[in-house]
Amino acid sequence: MSLDHAISRFVHDGCHLSIGGFTVNRNPMAAVYEIIRQKKRGIHLYAHSNGQGVDELIGGGCVDRLEIAYAGNGRFAPTCVRFRKAVESGELVVEDYSNFQMSLRFTAGAMGLPFLPVKSGIESDIANQWGFKPAARRSDEKIPDLKLCIIDNPFGRWADTTRLVLVPAIEPDVSIIHAQTADSSGTVRIDGLAFTDIEQAKAARHVIVTCETIVDTRQLRKQPERNQLPFFCVDAVVHLPMGAYPTACYGHYDYDPGYLNDYRNYAQNDEHHRNYLDRYIFKTKDHAAFISLQPLHRLNKIKADPDTGYATGLNRL
Amino acid sequence: MADFTLREMMTVVASREIHDGDIVFCGTGISMLAAMAAKHISAPESIIFFETGAIDAQLEEVPMAVSDSRVMLGAAMHGSLSEAFAFMQNPNTGSKVVGILGAAQCDLYGNLNSTVIGDYANPDIRFPGSGGACDVSSFVRRTIVFMQLEKRRFVPRLDYMTSPGWLKGYTSRTAAGLSQGGPSVVITDKAVFRFDEITRKMYLDGCFPDVSRQEVLDNMGFKVDVTREKPVAPPHACELEILRSRCDPQRLILGPS
Repeated sequence: MSLDHAISRFVHDGCHLSIGGFTVNRNPMAAVYEIIRQKKRGIHLYAHSNGQGVDELIGGGCVDRLEIAYAGNGRFAPTCVRFRKAVESGELVVEDYSNFQMSLRFTAGAMGLPFLPVKSGIESDIANQWGFKPAARRSDEKIPDLKLCIIDNPFGRWADTTRLVLVPAIEPDVSIIHAQTADSSGTVRIDGLAFTDIEQAKAARHVIVTCETIVDTRQLRKQPERNQLPFFCVDAVVHLPMGAYPTACYGHYDYDPGYLNDYRNYAQNDEHHRNYLDRYIFKTKDHAAFISLQPLHRLNKIKADPDTGYATGLNRL
Repeated sequence: MADFTLREMMTVVASREIHDGDIVFCGTGISMLAAMAAKHISAPESIIFFETGAIDAQLEEVPMAVSDSRVMLGAAMHGSLSEAFAFMQNPNTGSKVVGILGAAQCDLYGNLNSTVIGDYANPDIRFPGSGGACDVSSFVRRTIVFMQLEKRRFVPRLDYMTSPGWLKGYTSRTAAGLSQGGPSVVITDKAVFRFDEITRKMYLDGCFPDVSRQEVLDNMGFKVDVTREKPVAPPHACELEILRSRCDPQRLILGPS
């Protein structure tokens, strides 16, 4: 399936969307740019620690509500720039959780459970301060009535535990992940760290997988232990080389420090950011056209070294 | 005395808190560098551990984020985020983990804010949020905290408690249901602080070379005990050499020399 078709079919205005990847690595950027290109609005977005993808969707005007643990992009943007502006101006409502809590919420969704217990966050403001107010929660059937719930251990002091935090499942309408490899039916193989991508995919009603390489099903099934997601979870597979660019894709390419630094500078100024959106996203018809705007010498520098999986010795200043 | 920057001093001081056998939870930035420095200098048997699931990462180049592909190289295993955090929640392994955290605000009991300044619903300044910090501070036996020493950062009352430290002191932390242990040291650009064994209040452990006690106290929004103060040893030439040449030759984290 083509990316524009997959996005127009599964990502709708106001949908609950989850994107994979982690800060500077394996964000489904081609899909993010296509969502911006198609001017989707009112998205309720989920991520755990996400940098570039979340920030670009917010900057593209696509997101009204965000549930997240961390919105930063490493050294390139210690706090994501458009995220910060949108929160401080009141345009974006955020619900904060911790990383483990977000991972468990996706896991609960993947397991068909309403919640999972965790021991983190007791007495913190993650437990005490709610982004979505109780009345707004009750009036929206796609948001649980409680942000979380703290209970006494129903098994007494079993496992040396007195209190537990219950965190509600996330069941996105659609999850989008970028993988190194898939077959045309949708069986997925991620190399390197998978982050929470697999739980995010399993929790969702619909799943779009973009990938660097599509291989023959027989080839993937020679080593099924290396595959993480079975084909029946996946609705659309899109072959998209450089689909995580400008974030990294282990074994294929590194993040692009030049692009990420330029982006931060554009994002800090509203007019520059509008020009950026126009030039790189609205005026490019697809991801290949977007990639063709990037200087070739920069793309060559981020090619992964097969021994390390990243661009060894890359100048990252 | 060797010539060094404050960030180099902070990194070396933090690396001295890490011992062989420690499993070191690293966040983004200076904490990674401290863990790398410890591994190269004083604690070769320490284990570098990332919430992203990279266990015993070898780190030939300093990562720019905990998801950087550089954390994946030569690891003992790649787990998921849930597995990584479960190792910390599990007391068998969590008791060996030393967490390194930074924050925008810190109070007398080492509770930390990395989420907002101002009202949560309508903040003056928004920061990235917890990430794994709330989990680490809830679970592990010992945390090392990095802070810039400024009055607006060392506050009597946090605007938002992202990561629980010793809560209200004494036994309030365990009474609330959090793990044994908590923050053990706060390393700033001017001084080092520790926590009293009974009250769990922060006290001044030592000032950096050429920094006076008064200068330290003038940069804090609450009072601390100063009776246990002793000098903090500056970095040795060999520590600096390893930090600069082996850990961060591009000075990505160390910044300008």
